[in-house]
Amino acid sequence: MTYLDAEFCPVAAKRDMDHLFWKKKLWSFALPALVLVYLAYVFVAFDMAGLWQRVSLQNAQTLVSDTYSYKTHVTRDNRNGEVSVAIEGERKGAYPKGESPAWVTLGATSVIDLEQGHEVRFGPESIEYAIPGYGLVRATPSRSKGVQAELPPGEVPDWISVSKNRLAVKTDAGRLTVTRNRSEVFRYFTGWELFFFTLDSPYHGLGLVELAQRAATGEAGAIFNDFWTNKMWRHQDVAWAIVETLLMAFLGTIGAGIIALPLAFLAARNFAPLGALRFAMRRVFDFLRGVDSLIWTVVLARAFGPGPLTGALAILVTDTGTFGKIFSEALENVDDKQIEGITSTGAKPAQRYRFGVIPQITPVLLSQLLYFLESNTRSATIIGAITGGGIGLLLTQAIITQKDWEEVAYYIVLIILMVMMMDWLSGWLRRRLIKGEGGKAKRRGSAAGKPFVLP
Amino acid sequence: MADLTAGPMTTAEIRAEYDTMTRRKRLYGGIMLVLFVAMMMAGFRTADGRNAGSFRDGITHVFDYPAEVLSEAGEKLALLPGHLVTFFPALIETLNIAAASTLVGLVFGTLLSLLSTRGMARWPAFIPLFRRIMDICRAIPEIVIALVLIFLLGGGPVPAMIAIAIHTAGALGKLFSEVNENASLKPVEGLESAGASWGQRMWLGVIPQVGPNYVSYALLRFEINIRASAILGFVGAGGIGYELKNAMSWGQGRYDEAAAIFLLLFITITLVDQISSGMRDRLIHGAKA
Repeated sequence: MTYLDAEFCPVAAKRDMDHLFWKKKLWSFALPALVLVYLAYVFVAFDMAGLWQRVSLQNAQTLVSDTYSYKTHVTRDNRNGEVSVAIEGERKGAYPKGESPAWVTLGATSVIDLEQGHEVRFGPESIEYAIPGYGLVRATPSRSKGVQAELPPGEVPDWISVSKNRLAVKTDAGRLTVTRNRSEVFRYFTGWELFFFTLDSPYHGLGLVELAQRAATGEAGAIFNDFWTNKMWRHQDVAWAIVETLLMAFLGTIGAGIIALPLAFLAARNFAPLGALRFAMRRVFDFLRGVDSLIWTVVLARAFGPGPLTGALAILVTDTGTFGKIFSEALENVDDKQIEGITSTGAKPAQRYRFGVIPQITPVLLSQLLYFLESNTRSATIIGAITGGGIGLLLTQAIITQKDWEEVAYYIVLIILMVMMMDWLSGWLRRRLIKGEGGKAKRRGSAAGKPFVLP
Repeated sequence: MADLTAGPMTTAEIRAEYDTMTRRKRLYGGIMLVLFVAMMMAGFRTADGRNAGSFRDGITHVFDYPAEVLSEAGEKLALLPGHLVTFFPALIETLNIAAASTLVGLVFGTLLSLLSTRGMARWPAFIPLFRRIMDICRAIPEIVIALVLIFLLGGGPVPAMIAIAIHTAGALGKLFSEVNENASLKPVEGLESAGASWGQRMWLGVIPQVGPNYVSYALLRFEINIRASAILGFVGAGGIGYELKNAMSWGQGRYDEAAAIFLLLFITITLVDQISSGMRDRLIHGAKA
């Protein structure tokens, strides 16, 4: 850089400064430019331009509307004229035979009131849909002639599609599809129906006050049982899945800590006199960390099969490597004076470790364990999706069906709440346990409080 | 503990009190330990019970699969260099996902952290809002966003990139705001008195102070993101994870390919780990000097 000569020359100094400024300018422009060039390369490599054609707006719409609403299907089997009503069209959400919600009147001619003047009639022969401001759409399905549709005169609007074997009408009030074999009406409602009780439960549709009264008169167990075994939302399975996920994180993190602590002594310069052993231990840690948790998961899943144990072991093995590295670094930073002091009182080696070393590294150790406990809750969700356990599995299953988006939204909310709760719990424990050490926490604050960036 | 009004305690009293205190502490410690061990045991048994295979049966077979893979790879050792070349583009894709998402996350994390640090925030009233945004970004596991985006955008690297970038923005934002809190506000005030805009104050007053720390955290994050992008590939988002899944589900006969992918992934992670830890050492050391 610039330094002052014996004879100070303003011209030379200015030239030097100019040079320095020029260099700094170059840096401050070259670096962002490099980043931009790289991002442009990625833009091309990932084919971002072509992405817009691949975006499925249809899917986006289904996803968003499905997360906050549900639809009730009213289906007529055109071969025998039977009409059935089911929420989301699933058997688990079907109304018992002969029963229907208030807006559907079953009979020889079933009338489905879609409100705002929209009305669909499933007659003995034909299906009629009265659309206010447009007219009456009639369709007569038959095995031989397909679907014969009669529309009001004029051009066919784009929300109606007619073909030889299919009629589809899509309005704001609902949706009607008629094919040769069946006619189906969808009516959309806001909310998550059947979240608490399914239709076969006597408690379905009761108000909170009524439920509280019934619970007070000794039905609390039955009410809880109906909620807990809800076939649609499977609260029991979901609760177990969350327990499994937390269990994976807990067992994996704590187990890794227990295994890594003694091994870390073997890898610390000031505790392991044997250089070769130290080197070997460090390579073991590097290996455990380098073989990613993905590979450990895959390998362990072969031996133990899918489930929470596999996930816990995968976390355990990977984190043993990470903890080994962190703990051995913490051990290398311990203050020798405390150990000397303990030694001078005639302490045996075990006592030296217990009273001279452990209290010094406890804050670092605990805070890292707790940080990892939180981040491993997230990892356990991901590993669960691969090994097949916990909430990660439920989430992937729900996404694969591509229609239960309300369940997906529910699981996502649960996962976020679970992770945030663990974050809060780990922070709280960290403060409690480490502050509990008194003044020491202050002194080691920088080491203990420094987060090791989490996976 | 000692009551000062009662006069000085005798040595015996002090000793007795100390002993009871130690005993109580030991008792509490013992109870905690027993509870903890019980929790571990119960947790292990539950996990074992809910697993498809039990721990005792599985533990003897842990090395079966690696042994199979290695033996098949050993037989076809001549093909290995070819496989390494074949899967190299997939590895590059995984690395690109990690690098691009780290860069995007770095930019957004920086913005979020500056907006949520007292004294630097553009709109101080919204500090809690930006903090919550960071918390939520951090809490969502990448796989959640990735799976939803795969449904919307189809497979490929972009969903993975966006998913990892969101998580990275949240995680880096939190670390950055801790760094920001230690930065001096004097340059910012100086710039403000000269009439600099918020962007100029941050770019010229704060970033030079915190830059090395930021880059060091971002490097660490890059390491983590490589692992994350490999995992996301496994659930359908391109890259080496996807190739691994294909080779794996094929089973015997393509274990040599699986071995090549394992090797590539292991070498990459170890290499990046070493390089980035060296660079981080230099950055932090240089910042101190």
